[in-house]
Amino acid sequence: MSTSTIIRRKHKVRPTVAPEFPFTEADVISVSKRLEEPTWLAERRWDAWQAYRSMPMPNLKDEPWRRTDIRNLPADELVLKPAEDISVDPELLKPLTNDPHGWLLVLRPGFPSIVEGGQELAENSVIAVDWATAVREHDDLLKAHLGAIVPDEEGKFSALAATMSEHGVLLYVPPGVEVKQPLHSIFWAPGSQAAYFSRVLLIVGEGASVTYMHETASPTAPSGQSAHAGIVEIGVGDGASLTFIEVQSLGQHVWNFTHERAHVGRDARLDWIYGGVGSHLTKNFSEINLLGEGAESRMSAFYFADGVQHLDHDTQQNHSAPRTTSDLLFKGALLDRSRSVWQGMIYVAPGAQQTDGYQANRNLILSKQARADSIPGLEILADDVRCTHGATVGQLEDEPIFYLMSRGLPRREAERMVIDGFFTPIMERIPFESVRDRFQRMIDKKLAKM
Amino acid sequence: MAATLEIRDLHVAVEDTKILKGVDLMVGQGEIHALMGPNGTGKSTLAYALMGHPKYDVTQGQMLFNGRDLEDLEPDERARLGLFLAFQYPVAIPGVSLANFLRSAINARLRADNPDEKGISIPKFRKMLKEKMDLLQMPHEFAGRYLNEGFSGGEKKRAEILQMAVLEPEIAVLDETDSGLDIDALRIVASGVDALAGPELGVLIITHYQRILNYIKPDHVHIMLDGRIVESGGADLAEHLEEHGYDWIRERHNGSVVE
Repeated sequence: MSTSTIIRRKHKVRPTVAPEFPFTEADVISVSKRLEEPTWLAERRWDAWQAYRSMPMPNLKDEPWRRTDIRNLPADELVLKPAEDISVDPELLKPLTNDPHGWLLVLRPGFPSIVEGGQELAENSVIAVDWATAVREHDDLLKAHLGAIVPDEEGKFSALAATMSEHGVLLYVPPGVEVKQPLHSIFWAPGSQAAYFSRVLLIVGEGASVTYMHETASPTAPSGQSAHAGIVEIGVGDGASLTFIEVQSLGQHVWNFTHERAHVGRDARLDWIYGGVGSHLTKNFSEINLLGEGAESRMSAFYFADGVQHLDHDTQQNHSAPRTTSDLLFKGALLDRSRSVWQGMIYVAPGAQQTDGYQANRNLILSKQARADSIPGLEILADDVRCTHGATVGQLEDEPIFYLMSRGLPRREAERMVIDGFFTPIMERIPFESVRDRFQRMIDKKLAKM
Repeated sequence: MAATLEIRDLHVAVEDTKILKGVDLMVGQGEIHALMGPNGTGKSTLAYALMGHPKYDVTQGQMLFNGRDLEDLEPDERARLGLFLAFQYPVAIPGVSLANFLRSAINARLRADNPDEKGISIPKFRKMLKEKMDLLQMPHEFAGRYLNEGFSGGEKKRAEILQMAVLEPEIAVLDETDSGLDIDALRIVASGVDALAGPELGVLIITHYQRILNYIKPDHVHIMLDGRIVESGGADLAEHLEEHGYDWIRERHNGSVVE
């Protein structure tokens, strides 16, 4: 008889929810102190802190988090500290147009902001400032708009961002002003074992128009993990027009949580372009509320994941008024063991007649281990509407590759060409060649890992 | 030396079904061959096998291009040797413009010869493409359209011939290029092929019908039946087929036909 060996497995106890962040009341107070906030703002922070404390960490039982597991978020190890002194990736600093009169703001946690250009803005009474300046000089604008679009207490991470954010941007375009040059801000937060927070508040007045690009970026840290939580609030006034380009290229050690919402007024137009390639995990809530009759929105996004990245985009198109139009296209590609989730909803309120809503999510799976979940949804409470949606998850097909190879393209080039072609509909919606080139380089960088 | 495509005793199976059962054929640069035969006899299988489609297994025999065995070469390597296939059903490649694709294909060839090659300049490429499009009576905006996406049957076939004109192969296989075309489209496509034919190009036209041969005079006509070439002759063989159909062939080679 053979003797049996008893193997005792060491069970790693996996928490059922992620731990809490280690911040204290003193941390909240010191943010307010550093910014020299007026009482009402300090109180707002305090309320947000209470809201944060009263909410549990999201977990797999919460509907929006069912497919995004954050149990391994080491929140208790992440501290508040300045970003590492690594200079901004020059790729991000390339001008959006050849015209030198643009405006650029670089935000770095723990460092003074860098501002370049902006002559045209001052001449037109446009306000484009970092958060410290907003608090110091534009109390009235903050009072009127801050938290009016994304309530602080909307979620655990919005409450945390509202509590801790010290860096961000405020844009106010007065009614009727047409800003010709695109504006550009970058939140650059290199660092590990740290938590960073940002706020973006864009208010485009009645009949005004502007193009704004905001980036959240960091290099991948050699070790450790980090978190970023952010809030983006966008108000597009009646008859106004905003092109908002958003790029997320955080390091692959970053857990990224954002709550973003736009309010679009009567006959106003929002053109929202998004590219997401970074982070370890992203949970992004993006919502467009078409509040005024004739409001129109288009959202065009691409994401490209590799390694063990997990990118979750939760979108909502709310038609609250008649004759509103929304068009959403999310296209993603996935390599290695990466995973994406897209969950989209079109909601048409009672009485929002003659609305036209469209949403589509297309995924290209480039590895057997990658996975994409695509969940479209419609909730229509009006009867005279046109709402359509589509969701697909596909792979590179043999026939197009064979066809391209038969013309002399090596397999890799043929595959790249098909993948580039997949993203073309997004590229065609980007108004600037420089941004198109930038997106293309983001894609090329991922393809180089294939 | 003129290029030749030599097919020797070729046997090809698709998912274990034997389709080609010993094909012998030699196509030289400057020659026009027509390969005819009823549907389902293996004509298109020969085209795909020549180009190296992964689903087509060569189980016996050889395909030689200028004496070089094609079997172990990838489709792109075969293309760069000078072999071209005009597809019967070209696939759509969304988001890839015809011009962008063709420029990449030219550059892939240049880089295969010299890895440091910068590629063809855009003005030079544009000029060349316009000339070739004019030859095929194609409007220039065609170059900006996505490859085969939303193309009509005639446009697809014209785009195939345009690719042939741009890539300048030594031997081209045209797989049912005449199928699905109305008479005007057929005339344009055929005259395009005719304009490209010459001492530099050997052509193997695969067709079910004789009508394209009214525009392109073949030097040799071959008839395929049940995976073999059973008759070869001159242009008069095609005319005979037009008059008498395939029945006499079937009768003559009854033993080898399994219906």
